[in-house]
Amino acid sequence: MIDGSIMLRLCLAALLVAIGAGCGNSQSHAVKVVGSTSIQPFAELLAEQYVAKNPTLGVEVQGGGSTAGLQAVANDLADIGMCSRLLKAEEEGQYTPTVIARDGLAIVVNPENSVEALTTEQLQGLFSGKIQNWSEVGGEDGPVRPITREEGSGTRESFVHLVMGKERISRRSLTQESNGAVKELVKGDSAAIGYMSLGLVGPELRMVRIDGVEPTAGNVIAGTYKLARPFLFVTKGTPDVDAQQFFDYVLSDEGQQTLESEGLVRAQ
Amino acid sequence: MKQDKLIALALLMVAFSAVSGLALITVFIFKEGLPIIVKTGPGNFFLSSDWDPSSGNFGIFSMIAGSLAVTLCAMVIGTVFGLGLAIVLGEFCPPGLAAILKPVVELLAGIPSVVYGFVGVVTIVPLIRTYLGGPGLSVLASSIVLGIMVLPTVTSISMDALRAVPRTYWQGSIALGATKWQTTHMVMLKAAKSGIAAAIILGMGRAVGETMAVIMVAGNTLEVPHSILDPVRTLTSNIALEMGYASGQHREALFATGVTLFVIIMILNTIALAMARRGAGEGRTR
Repeated sequence: MIDGSIMLRLCLAALLVAIGAGCGNSQSHAVKVVGSTSIQPFAELLAEQYVAKNPTLGVEVQGGGSTAGLQAVANDLADIGMCSRLLKAEEEGQYTPTVIARDGLAIVVNPENSVEALTTEQLQGLFSGKIQNWSEVGGEDGPVRPITREEGSGTRESFVHLVMGKERISRRSLTQESNGAVKELVKGDSAAIGYMSLGLVGPELRMVRIDGVEPTAGNVIAGTYKLARPFLFVTKGTPDVDAQQFFDYVLSDEGQQTLESEGLVRAQ
Repeated sequence: MKQDKLIALALLMVAFSAVSGLALITVFIFKEGLPIIVKTGPGNFFLSSDWDPSSGNFGIFSMIAGSLAVTLCAMVIGTVFGLGLAIVLGEFCPPGLAAILKPVVELLAGIPSVVYGFVGVVTIVPLIRTYLGGPGLSVLASSIVLGIMVLPTVTSISMDALRAVPRTYWQGSIALGATKWQTTHMVMLKAAKSGIAAAIILGMGRAVGETMAVIMVAGNTLEVPHSILDPVRTLTSNIALEMGYASGQHREALFATGVTLFVIIMILNTIALAMARRGAGEGRTR
């Protein structure tokens, strides 16, 4: 009997603690930011700085992809969705998009690859499978291995929109599920060509000039580098107070400067 | 006594809820997946390789072929090493060494699949790319990774099957003057063959269903592979790659992919069960 009553008290105590913890969370809940893996690293950086400045507030950043982010917002599973492509016509009515930055799409190859410049048309050929040998575009003799992103990725959709037009990406292209995986693959394979966020290209990859234009943030601003896309923060209607505060921070001069120093282009 | 009944009832309810969970999942997958198969036509769905969700083409043939190719090669690797291990551990190994080796093999089952995938990407894939050519991400890379992943299943179930063979068989064979190896492959393996077959098929079930490790090393192209150095996409990878984004018909098509996978695994499990039962029957009627 004594054992029983002790157990009961312990359980009650645990329950009370749990309820207390629950209340604590609900006063200032963590803002959930979900979506594009292209924006994710930048959002994580912003969240880190924001939380460092406002230690009582929390921001949770998750990946999953642009479309997944939009769905999370629609289902109230996230406060803010990250979307690295333009909204489709049927999505425009549902969400309120805000451009937080612009990003170039970099075309990356292995440093051993001697091809330094491509035209949009050649790029289309390389990814549609019409050009199968690097020698056709001025490189060394050898097969071309295009690396694409999975169906639904914002980066893929932007690439299709900006480069492929009506052509389809070859079924033979390798499909990877994140910018990081594309990077890893291009780094190790001299025949590979991939596309990824300009801000995420590391020194271990080489970027290719497109239509004679160097892929730099400056050229994205100037509008000469054509492969550019918006980075959107998407909400459903007006965000709540906590989300709005994080939003304001991202659009503030400090937030924008952070994005700029990471290789993105300011929203305004 | 009243307490006993209560506990029995509670346990029954727990058991029942687990089973009904399975039933609900089955019903749900079929309800979501079947309409699109009917709509595109089973011929188009299962026999076409044209998967392009944004333009409404849903053909999963290349993925069925991919899953089968990867599983088959993985099972060749898994069976050779798994069965070999089981024989060595059960019949030839000094007990002290077996006591170390067996837990080590079982430990393999506890390693998360992402880790297998990662190790595959940083070690196996570059090796294949450098020495055998192709992109490295391939049927071969996935099979090696999966082959290692199914080792614990194949090894431990084959060992159980070998151990279930009456010891008198072994003694009888040795007494007739057969060597240890002759006894093993002519008597023990034959007597345990249905149990070993069940081990292989259960391992196969695991290989067909594995997702994460395969996504990382298979390359996920939409072509039917022509050689073991070609990249492939399996049924599971297709679901996991695209589920996060899919809506409408695309989502239904992914559920239909799940239905296909479900049926394949059900068939494999049924065969395994039937074989295990036949094995048990043989054991009893000495």
